[in-house]
Amino acid sequence: MATEALVDQKVEQFLTFELAGEAYGIEILKVQEIRGWEPVREIPNTPDYIKGALNLRGEIVPIVDLRERFGMEKMEYSPVTVVIVLCVEGSQGSNVVGIVADGVSDVLDITIAEIKDSPKLGSKIDTRYMRGMHVGKNHMVMLLDTDKLLDSEEFEGIAG
Amino acid sequence: MSIDMAQFHQVFFEESFEGLDIMETGLLNLDMGDVDAEDINTIFRAAHSIKGGSGTFGFTAVSDFTHVMETLLDEMRDGRRQVTQPAVDVLLGSVDCLREMLTAIQDEQEIDVPSVTEYKKALEIELNGNQVNEASPENNSVAPPGEPVLELGSEKESEGGWRIAFSPHTNLLKTGNDPVRMFRELASLGELAVTVDFQGVPDFYDLDPEECHLSWNLDIAGDIPISEINDIFDWVEDDCDLAIQPLDERSQNDNGIAPIEESSVKENANQQSSEPKTKTEVVNKPVKPAASKKQPAKPAAKGSSSIRVDTSKIDTLINMVGELVITQSMLGLVGENFELNKLDQLKNGLSQLERHTRELQESVMNIRMLPISFVFSRFPRLVHDLSTKLDKKIELVMVGEHTEVDKTVVELLSDPLVHLVRNSLDHGIEMPADRVAAGKPETGTITLEAYHRGGNIVIEVRDDGKGLNKDMLRAKAIEKGLIDEDSILTDKQTYELIFMAGFSTAEKLTDVSGRGVGMDVVRRNIQSLGGNIEIISELGKGSTIAIHLPLTLAIMDGQSIAVGDERFIVPLGAIIESINVNETMVNRVAGKGETFRLRNEYLPIVRMHEIFDVKTVQATKLTEGLVVVVDGQGMRCGLFIDDLLGQQQVVIKSLEANYRKVEGVSGATILGDGSVALILDIPGLVRLSNQ
Repeated sequence: MATEALVDQKVEQFLTFELAGEAYGIEILKVQEIRGWEPVREIPNTPDYIKGALNLRGEIVPIVDLRERFGMEKMEYSPVTVVIVLCVEGSQGSNVVGIVADGVSDVLDITIAEIKDSPKLGSKIDTRYMRGMHVGKNHMVMLLDTDKLLDSEEFEGIAG
Repeated sequence: MSIDMAQFHQVFFEESFEGLDIMETGLLNLDMGDVDAEDINTIFRAAHSIKGGSGTFGFTAVSDFTHVMETLLDEMRDGRRQVTQPAVDVLLGSVDCLREMLTAIQDEQEIDVPSVTEYKKALEIELNGNQVNEASPENNSVAPPGEPVLELGSEKESEGGWRIAFSPHTNLLKTGNDPVRMFRELASLGELAVTVDFQGVPDFYDLDPEECHLSWNLDIAGDIPISEINDIFDWVEDDCDLAIQPLDERSQNDNGIAPIEESSVKENANQQSSEPKTKTEVVNKPVKPAASKKQPAKPAAKGSSSIRVDTSKIDTLINMVGELVITQSMLGLVGENFELNKLDQLKNGLSQLERHTRELQESVMNIRMLPISFVFSRFPRLVHDLSTKLDKKIELVMVGEHTEVDKTVVELLSDPLVHLVRNSLDHGIEMPADRVAAGKPETGTITLEAYHRGGNIVIEVRDDGKGLNKDMLRAKAIEKGLIDEDSILTDKQTYELIFMAGFSTAEKLTDVSGRGVGMDVVRRNIQSLGGNIEIISELGKGSTIAIHLPLTLAIMDGQSIAVGDERFIVPLGAIIESINVNETMVNRVAGKGETFRLRNEYLPIVRMHEIFDVKTVQATKLTEGLVVVVDGQGMRCGLFIDDLLGQQQVVIKSLEANYRKVEGVSGATILGDGSVALILDIPGLVRLSNQ
């Protein structure tokens, strides 16, 4: 009992960012760095949401546009558009992947107990990549499971 | 001793495996009729090093086993024993056994005791047989039939103790050995009586205090195995004259223990006296314990991840770095307060820098280069064993063993090659009788040849056997449902049938080959290395299988091309030519597929912007752009692009590391401006365009 309560009280930090006015959060420990948007090299014959590949200090990193990944309306990239570089644990080891977001907003301390299960939204919306939700005083943050979201096998499945 | 021996284990294993390879090669090269004493010596030395090393590290099973081998070899070396084929076969078997033992120890697994005992018995029978048949003068006197081996093995304990005549060479002290310490250790075994002989000591004025001029007679009493005494003298036996004799009168003259020990030690001293001091080593030389000083081995590193490098290569590298530093400081000076009139100086410096960088890169790559003999060396044994098994007479010819290839390539090449050689042996070369009937020499020849061609290395496996039968291949493929009955195949396509999964032409399965799993794996392995494989064959005359591989996997020469805003790299080796196409050269098949005529060939045109869906393309009419004729695994096509940009060396980066494989793209690289460019995979591109 006591240990369970301890786990529930554990605080995790989440980086929140905005996509089309909605707030999303990812575990801060997965974040490697945050960069401004810069043009990337397109990779042919890949889904549209894969914007291309970026040279990150000698490593070739694929860049994913989350708006397009979630089927949202495209937006022109502006000087405030950011690329969040994440290190994710995929089924084939760890990958470095960049995601494009409208802007980074905040770092939140969230205790595990405060994370609510993602709502059952029916078949219309896929909640597989949701880790849960956090409801604050005046906002609601959707917490993403980056490992599932950006697994290389997932890339493969979607592309194929 | 408080030193952690485990840190030297890796080095010991590497050296031992190398020693085993030397022994194997030596044994295979032995010519029964005319045995070269030096060959036997080489084998003996290798065995001796393994024995010494394993003794030091406490792998007694290995050292005991090697000891028996050594005894046999020693007799051969002294000419007391004829070198016979059965004896050589037994020794070859023992080499295998030793290799298994060492592998087991390395993997921290149990040694397979029954098989070791079996080999040991075979060795002992060989030793024994000699004594009965052609007994040597010293050994035949009293040896009762049951026990002679044990006595030769000198494990016998002398009940009264031993008399040791120990006269070190003058340089003993310089090699870091201290007799006093050894005597102290001896004294711990039993009661020790020492008499010193200082007759050799020169006059005081001529005396060099760092030289050792003393010799000793040591009588040690007690029930002590000679191996323990040998252990103590293990480190110095190359730097001294040593004679160990039993103290008690009875055993003094009844067998040849001491003389054998002595002679072997002496000869070793002659042959190896310089070796423990060797500081540098050259690839391919039998290696001595001194190596441990040079290579600080990583403990517990399983498998061989280290690499032996010729010192001359390292020297070149150091020179190169020196030059680079000079250039850098020169450039620094220019940059300190730069004025426009120094522009020439700057340009010079930069071009020098470029040259040095390139040279440096080449020599670093060179370090990774190993001679292909690392792979080839295992084949004499393979051919020897298999030809005996199959009752075929085969001569193996190896050409160009010194051709150097990247280490990764060498490692990944060996399995495919083994497959190909086995296939040639099993399917290619006919039985001796069939060969004679076909008017060919009884002995078949398999040639392994390696050579450089352009940026590639080519490895050929050639046999003068029966060649591939096209009709049979075809029939078989139809039978197995791999092709349709009415499909038309060129010769080349027919031969390539053997690379299809599930294809095997062997009438019956042998344990050598014929399960039909091999060739498709071979091809896949080669392709994964970025190479390709081709077959040339003539019925009745033989077949040649040629493997083409890139020299290195990390850096290549590329041509960068522009398609719209996109930049791609085409491997320079794949480009045949670049041309402007005019409408008269172009034909359209059914209004869609475009081909153009290049001299007498019709080649398909692959429009890069269509296949890769580039929207920013400038040239959409064929006359506006360029066509680059490329060759991918024998398939040629013309890539339609906007422009050629420039040639450069590119460092290949993996796209798969963070993403996945993309059809038509073999990797990515980073251009001078920091942006990413994709490297085209020509064969993949050809496939893609066919879809």
